[in-house]
Amino acid sequence: MGEAILRVRDIHKSFDGTGVLRGVSMEIREGEVVVIVGPSGCGKSTLLRCINGLETIDRGEIFLRGEKISGRRKDLHLVRQRIGMVFQSYDLFPHMKVMDNLLLGPTKALGRPRAEVEKEALEMLERVGLREKACALPRTLSGGQKQRVALVRAMLMRPEILLLDEITAALDPEMVSEVLNVVIDLARGGMTMAIVTHEMRFAEAVADRVLFLEEGVVLEEGTPEEFFHAPKTERARHFLQSFTYASKRDKVEIQPKNNAGD
Amino acid sequence: MDGAFILAHVPDYLSGAWVTLRFGLYGVACSLALGLLCCLVRSFRVPVLRQIAGGYIELARNTPLLVQLFFLYAGLPRVGIKFSAEACAVIGLTFLGGAYMAEAFRSGLESVDKSQTEAGACIGLTRAQNIRYVVFPQALATAVPALFANVIFLIKETSVFSVLAMMDLMNVADTLRTSGGHTVEVLFMLAAAYLMILLPVSLLATLAERRLRYAGFGDRHSV
Repeated sequence: MGEAILRVRDIHKSFDGTGVLRGVSMEIREGEVVVIVGPSGCGKSTLLRCINGLETIDRGEIFLRGEKISGRRKDLHLVRQRIGMVFQSYDLFPHMKVMDNLLLGPTKALGRPRAEVEKEALEMLERVGLREKACALPRTLSGGQKQRVALVRAMLMRPEILLLDEITAALDPEMVSEVLNVVIDLARGGMTMAIVTHEMRFAEAVADRVLFLEEGVVLEEGTPEEFFHAPKTERARHFLQSFTYASKRDKVEIQPKNNAGD
Repeated sequence: MDGAFILAHVPDYLSGAWVTLRFGLYGVACSLALGLLCCLVRSFRVPVLRQIAGGYIELARNTPLLVQLFFLYAGLPRVGIKFSAEACAVIGLTFLGGAYMAEAFRSGLESVDKSQTEAGACIGLTRAQNIRYVVFPQALATAVPALFANVIFLIKETSVFSVLAMMDLMNVADTLRTSGGHTVEVLFMLAAAYLMILLPVSLLATLAERRLRYAGFGDRHSV
């Protein structure tokens, strides 16, 4: 894996006096997929939103390929052209057809010729199985389809890094894999990504490295094997346990664990 | 009802309708421009101009058009600023309409979810591009019913122009009525003339609303 594309140094962020990020540092290298997990409210989404300037940070610094991108600046849109982001709620532009959703950024923000982008867009739609939806309006698509379009929209900007913020959290279960398979496909193609997700099996499959965030700090960091099979901290163990269920046929008593005499 | 009287005075009403329609539309067009300007100044939070726009909107919405016209036509000449009756009509209607249009545009802009702006920002659009391509088209669609209501309201308000001695529909009818009887015919034709101008506008409004309702959207509220 190559040089560090993104470096986050000791960032702090609070909302109304509540510290959401309390000194987070991390680094993402070229072609690396970093998955950020943690309980809700731990600051995962805020971390992603700070990276591309949707939230301003109170303290710390963020670098994109060595260039400082945090702090007040007038050319934030130029930074954002290099950082793709996809949200939980898809946020396609409802008044535009799929193709126009895809063309807007590359033609208006990057000034690329329309015909060239259109060709590329069709190829990418084909790759995610939605070529025939190019002329459809977003409201006619299913959630999974919308999210695949949103991924293509972000990728057509040819970002240096892609941020995915719980992109399957709003989907019906049967649509989750059609979206996550696209992400795995992108990861195989060498796309650098920071992914916030609650899908632990997906996280394990796609991650090169896992960050466990709790109460605004990175509590644990490791390879997916280390984190999912031998977590170092009690907090991480506890967090991972919340994704498993004890079978009713197991004779193990779960309830009275803390009770005396058990 | 005296049919001969009605037929004889159709040309008078036509010329009155032309004045009503022409100056009404000038006023509507300028109101849309002024309203959009005020709304943008406020949503971009342009310092000073934003406060001026806010003050203007309150002033315009809370004083009658008649008073505004008197002020322009009779008040301003006292301090050496004199406009023709036609200019006063357009300026007055724009002064009133701009405020209403600004509020209609604002309600449209506020209806567009913040996540849309964020999505636009995330594909690297500048703030101006984001407003132009992402926010404004959606805002306009939401604002259309209110904008059309304002158009109809403003065209009706032109009936006040008669105080500027302009021969609009209202003044034509008033002159006919006071110059000798036929009150019923005169008023009947007056109402009919306004209806003939405004019914098509109402129809257009309905069509536009229906088209916009079917033309996409519905994505905005799904999460």
